[in-house]
Amino acid sequence: MQKENKIIKWLLITLCAVFLTVMLILPLIYVVTTAFRDGVSAFLKAVGDKYAVKSILLTLKVTVITVIVNTFFGIFAAWTITKYRFKGKKIISALIDLPLTISPVIAGLIFLLTFGRNSFLYPYLTKMGIKIIFAVPGIVLATIFVTFPFISREIIPVMTAAGTDEEEAAALMGAGFFKIFTQVTLPHIKWALLYGIVLCSARAMGEFGAVSVISGHLRGKTNTMPLHIEVTYQAFDFTGAFAMSSILVVMALIILITRNILEYYGKKSEEESVKDE
Amino acid sequence: MRFTRKNKSVIPGFGLSFGITMAILGFIVIIPLCSLVVYSSKMSFAGFIETVTKPRMLASYRVSFTTAFYASFVNLVMGTVLAWVLVRYDFPFKRFMDGIIELPFALPTAVAGIALTHLTVSDGWVGRLFAHFGIKIAYTRLGITTALIFIGIPFVVRSVQPVLEKIDKEYEQAAQMLGASGAQTFFKVILPEIVPSLVAGFTMAFARCLGEYGSVVFIAGNTPYETEITPLLIMSKLQEYDYASATSIALVMLVAAFLILLINAVIQSRSSKIISGIG
Repeated sequence: MQKENKIIKWLLITLCAVFLTVMLILPLIYVVTTAFRDGVSAFLKAVGDKYAVKSILLTLKVTVITVIVNTFFGIFAAWTITKYRFKGKKIISALIDLPLTISPVIAGLIFLLTFGRNSFLYPYLTKMGIKIIFAVPGIVLATIFVTFPFISREIIPVMTAAGTDEEEAAALMGAGFFKIFTQVTLPHIKWALLYGIVLCSARAMGEFGAVSVISGHLRGKTNTMPLHIEVTYQAFDFTGAFAMSSILVVMALIILITRNILEYYGKKSEEESVKDE
Repeated sequence: MRFTRKNKSVIPGFGLSFGITMAILGFIVIIPLCSLVVYSSKMSFAGFIETVTKPRMLASYRVSFTTAFYASFVNLVMGTVLAWVLVRYDFPFKRFMDGIIELPFALPTAVAGIALTHLTVSDGWVGRLFAHFGIKIAYTRLGITTALIFIGIPFVVRSVQPVLEKIDKEYEQAAQMLGASGAQTFFKVILPEIVPSLVAGFTMAFARCLGEYGSVVFIAGNTPYETEITPLLIMSKLQEYDYASATSIALVMLVAAFLILLINAVIQSRSSKIISGIG
């Protein structure tokens, strides 16, 4: 019996190791080796290309704006949902989570319909000289939509578990909204919040479907890093495509490591707060 | 619908935080979704039906559904095994294995797409092994399934893992003392406990796979009727500026996604009733 269990144990572990190596690790190794296949100078040339640099800058810009908006929204949404009692709460949380179930291509499509040529808003927008579709604002909006619930989903469970007692006590002692948030609530949620921000930036950086619908693929103007990869790949410039991909692979690894560190600290602070009680 | 407060909380800032939440929610989610509804209400019902039942559309639904189903099924099995191995066993590099599970969330889908394509073409690192047996992966439905397996890996593992951690080992020991074999203990004692989380992980992975675009376009080959997925059809309609057809297909996909989530919600609430002893 014992021996049989041991055999099963190592069989299962080997199965998992093979599965993860083929599905996850091999693609990473492939991207990095192909990026340097023609030598370091070819890699640097591909990454230093004018359009490549512009796409990196655009991706950075879109990611930063998305994370700021979603953090701001996530905190207020989580606060509203967990600290007050009101009717229609379930509908609001369902609406917040809705983007998770919608295909990225459809996410792009709905913004195309809202601000594009067919929309009733279009004449007003052109009169005011605002360009949303096939421009940076559209990319930002679609990215915000796709990553919309990422931060609120991480902090809502922590805030629900913490309850409202401490905030109520602080309010009765005369603390204002801002003070309660920064001094009472924030210490509880900081790890979950950071974790949400990491997840949100990972997805914002790599979003492809939604952005591809709405960007119009204008080289040097509305091409983000994933779109630049598509363009170079389809032009059979594989070194260029994999060089750009290797940057994103490194970013993904950094994100994974950060995620694991944050999870560790989050668990530790949870255990400590249990001990305090 | 009126959003009224049941009883006034002492915590200040309800108006402010509720207002900000609803304003952003309205601008990002509600208004764009309404424009989809408004736009589709302009179409005639007969025209809608005709668009979404064209043979090429039907073929794409079949490709999308079958590949998403197979991929989610593989992940259902592998996810259970992975969760089991990570919770129950100790071995070298366990932390590493646990940490890398989320890679599909962190790695941009386009990168995954081109890497998997190059690995599985018939002279690629992995494709070469399969080519010996005459199996082609890239540019076939098998390729689509491979990309979707990659995308769906974290869902089942992460939904089963916490449940498995909480199961008391006493039940298993009791079963073993009563003479149950290892397989019997797993299928009769442990499996019923984790079924709701398996269903949740499976449906989430399935819904995600149905809508996946980035990783699939590169590996699929995109041959009409053969390897053309539904999101790609929306994309090609948009590139022809045929917004009406694109919206019609999008509606079908939205309904499918909601149905999948509804089925999951029903199963979850039923199983939570069984566990809590009601009904």
